[in-house]
Amino acid sequence: MTKYQSEAAPIFEASKQRKPKQLTQSAKAKPKNLRLFLIGSILPILLIATWEMLSRVGVFPAYQLPAPSTVVSTITGMAIDGSLWGHIGITVYRVFLGFVFGTAAAVVLGSLVGFYANAERLFDPLIQAFRSIPSLAWVPLFILWMGIGEPAKITMIAVGVFFPVYLNIVSGISNVDRKLIEVGKMYGLNTWQLIRRIILPASLPSFLVGLRSGLGLGWMFVVAAELMGASQGLGYLLVVGQNTLSPEIILASIILFAVIGKLSDWMLKRIEIKALHWQDRAVKS
Amino acid sequence: MSLVLEQVSRTFGGKQVIRNVSLTAEPGEIIGLLGTSGCGKSTLLRAISGLDTEYSGTVSINGDTAKQVHKATGFIFQEPRLLPWLTVLENVRFGLEGKKEDKNAIARKYLKSVGLAESEALYPRELSGGMAQRVAIARALVTSPEILLLDEPFSALDAFTKMQLQDLLLEVWKEFRTTIVLVTHDIDEALYLCDRVLMLRGAPGEISRELAVNQQGPRLRGSEELTKAKAEILADLKLVVN
Repeated sequence: MTKYQSEAAPIFEASKQRKPKQLTQSAKAKPKNLRLFLIGSILPILLIATWEMLSRVGVFPAYQLPAPSTVVSTITGMAIDGSLWGHIGITVYRVFLGFVFGTAAAVVLGSLVGFYANAERLFDPLIQAFRSIPSLAWVPLFILWMGIGEPAKITMIAVGVFFPVYLNIVSGISNVDRKLIEVGKMYGLNTWQLIRRIILPASLPSFLVGLRSGLGLGWMFVVAAELMGASQGLGYLLVVGQNTLSPEIILASIILFAVIGKLSDWMLKRIEIKALHWQDRAVKS
Repeated sequence: MSLVLEQVSRTFGGKQVIRNVSLTAEPGEIIGLLGTSGCGKSTLLRAISGLDTEYSGTVSINGDTAKQVHKATGFIFQEPRLLPWLTVLENVRFGLEGKKEDKNAIARKYLKSVGLAESEALYPRELSGGMAQRVAIARALVTSPEILLLDEPFSALDAFTKMQLQDLLLEVWKEFRTTIVLVTHDIDEALYLCDRVLMLRGAPGEISRELAVNQQGPRLRGSEELTKAKAEILADLKLVVN
């Protein structure tokens, strides 16, 4: 509540000063962002350049660590012959479906457990027990039950996504400020109105944090799922690279994972910033 | 409008916090509940509001003794308690029902009367403490409560903002003639604002003394009468040795 603490400032001045300040800030923001970007790029560029040079000179044997240019040409080669899009497409599709199912299950169970003390007593101990099992340990069981087809992979990803989303929903709901709920009660809101008008918006930040870490785990689990048996996908490329002794394919796959993972996280981040613009936060990156 | 308390007591875990408090508020009266911390002032106010229902005795608001939040009451808390995801205007119209345009019109009227007409689009994080508490006042007034309950509403503010808002409260009162119950630990505030000051003392808290402030109209801060009354109260609280 410290953000409400008063400064002795005159009451109206604060609002009048704010606008011009923000304008200058956003005008300055672009060059500043560009500079930060340049500073942040120095090391990676140096590293890649050195790597390229050392590879060409022959310090790194090509069958262990191919040059960056080789990795890039592997990616462009796959892009040109069209196989790249199939791999990316199927992997994104698996993560997306797993993410949707895992999130849906987490929203239903998380809301029940968050809102109803009885549901918490009933479900939470079991869920907490399941949580302590490393999710990858389920893999053999899922393969046994569902084979190595799509259902097993998507289930695995969903299991990975479920826990962070569930935990954040539950903690978001149970940490809603009691004082704000009292405000609602003073206006005679009933339970459903309290949920819709106070508890949901107040727990939204926590939910979004859960979504982002859930998505991160989704990407982790798609690798595991595709390693265990797939005929297409970025994870399958890892296996292919290993079996054909082509490190450039492995590196290409890793880079693609990094780029797409970051891209999906960035999209969620945009949504988060849009939805939580009211928050009192300094960090916006 | 009527507000009558009869033999209100409240026990927390076997320990009695307030005992047998009875009072009757006249329509349009400003009553101060004054006491040191821990004497049960806020507990009593929460019982009146209906936010707390575990008390014994009766609180009758317009003859209704149900232990629940009553439509005729509004509450201003010690902190502004604004909903951070709503703008100032949306916060003020929070308790209203009906069409959006109507709600906005009413909310704007009250925002204007607390001097924040131009700040309606700001979010709570952009407000100073004084502004936020003004919004909270507007939000409490917007449903036209007949009884306004205030729980140390200005205690977290600096001295200047506090005086401004005390005057604002008096202006609001002149306009709407709301019955007000004000919990405070600030003797000057109680004497400046209230028609009647009830002093709560002891553990469990009981009304130890009732002091009518007969001075009408705009009171002067630090006037001779108020200073005298203050000395009396301090002596009563045994904080000053005569």
